[in-house]
Amino acid sequence: MAERSAVDSRLGDVLREERSRLIGALVRILDDWDLAEELVQDAAVAALEHWTTDGIPRNPGAWLMTTARRRAVDRLRRRARYWERMAQLTAEAREMDGPINTEGPLGADDRLRLLFTCCHPALNREAQVALTLRTIGGLETSEVARAFIVPEATIAQRLVRAKRKIRDARIPYRVPDAAELPARLDEVLSVLYLVFNEGYLATSGEAPERRDLARDAEWLTSLVARLMPDEPEVLGLLALMRLHLARADGRFAADGSLVLLRDQDRSRWDRPAILDAVELLARAERKSRPGPYLLQAAIIATHALAPSWEATPWDAIVTQYDALVRIQPTPVVQLNRALALAERDGPSAALDALHPLADRLDGYHLFHAARGELLRRAGDPDGARRANLRALELTSNPAERRLIEERLA
Amino acid sequence: MKYVMLIAGDEDVWASRSPEESTALYERIRQWWGEESASGRIVDGHELEPSPTATTVRIGIDGSTTVTDGPFIEGKELVGGFGVLDVSDLDQALKVAASWPVPGDVLEVRPIVERG
Repeated sequence: MAERSAVDSRLGDVLREERSRLIGALVRILDDWDLAEELVQDAAVAALEHWTTDGIPRNPGAWLMTTARRRAVDRLRRRARYWERMAQLTAEAREMDGPINTEGPLGADDRLRLLFTCCHPALNREAQVALTLRTIGGLETSEVARAFIVPEATIAQRLVRAKRKIRDARIPYRVPDAAELPARLDEVLSVLYLVFNEGYLATSGEAPERRDLARDAEWLTSLVARLMPDEPEVLGLLALMRLHLARADGRFAADGSLVLLRDQDRSRWDRPAILDAVELLARAERKSRPGPYLLQAAIIATHALAPSWEATPWDAIVTQYDALVRIQPTPVVQLNRALALAERDGPSAALDALHPLADRLDGYHLFHAARGELLRRAGDPDGARRANLRALELTSNPAERRLIEERLA
Repeated sequence: MKYVMLIAGDEDVWASRSPEESTALYERIRQWWGEESASGRIVDGHELEPSPTATTVRIGIDGSTTVTDGPFIEGKELVGGFGVLDVSDLDQALKVAASWPVPGDVLEVRPIVERG
């Protein structure tokens, strides 16, 4: 006998870790996403019952896998394509005749396959995000909906459509080969980074029940890092997220208002976590020429290690931005480079650097907020005011709005 | 698994190509199509005459028909041909589409409904 509550919490932990592996293996065998999810759910219900009476097994993940597979076989027996699918299952079925195998090898590959399918470029970004959070992250549909502040029915519909497309267009369930891998991995990392930013920046305001998507994204990325330990960009993104999270406590004041990096109380940062992330970053940098996530993480690391805003090595930061601009010459990266330039060479140099970006960044509130601040420092209060008004017009995030309103006051 | 690959492009871009460029491009397409067919990835398909030769027939909700000049899709990118692919999955189909040799063209890949 085991305590029901102990079983409950252990099962929750196991499911978080194993869910995607279970679904991945079942999708491979059954070629049926919905059924795979249902069987994992069934296995979880069975676990609650059995573990409470018989105790928690030594390898709970393997217990769940065996139980779900047995149920899969039962289902297949009732289906037309039984023999065809059964052939794939023979080896596994043999092992299932004996007592539940708690040492069995569980394929890590299944999770990767599942992840690459969830983030397949033939699915739109919203569908990729919903599928990844639901299937790999194990979030309930309602939790995904709350996190993105959209109706639950919308998320449910996205999931149904995505799974239908996977089935009907036959999106393959596989890890891309070496030639496709960089582009496909990039797709996966974009999904994870979007989820992270959604949680970290919380664009749509303060919802009390909001799930911490930033932590979910960090967990998912750490999973990918475990499955693909030699991909520097995965480690780079993980380091980037951890560096942000390590400093999360300093970002908001007691009244909920946003605190700029310049004014943050750096003693509130999680120093050990920063050092861990920097070490992870160093490990990734040894592997190959740095990609955009690694370079962004390196910039954040330089900030995170600086004892104060004034003592920040701006020359190093500008150099790091130069490297990032070379491989990712987007206007937003150039905007950030200009802000570093302002600290090194003064506001006029930065305003000159911003000038060519004006057309492309006109709809971006941070461009105008940055200009406002630089114009103020350059001694042009009227120009600063106009820029800040424009920034305010374009901002919906309440914390960011407050910050701009203070400047205008 | 069979897919239809619709091949669309901007007819103005085609028209702006010099005769030499067009000939060279057609030669590349012919070669590409030959290879994809020989491999069995393309099982059928055709180039279509330009859009001015198209005629659209609309069946009204009440069953009445209207015939109009031109293609039914308005826009710059007009379907200029199609291929029927027979490959194992969407990734293979997308690989074929991505290797289409005409710069500026747009391709749509869709599974064919197979009943039976």
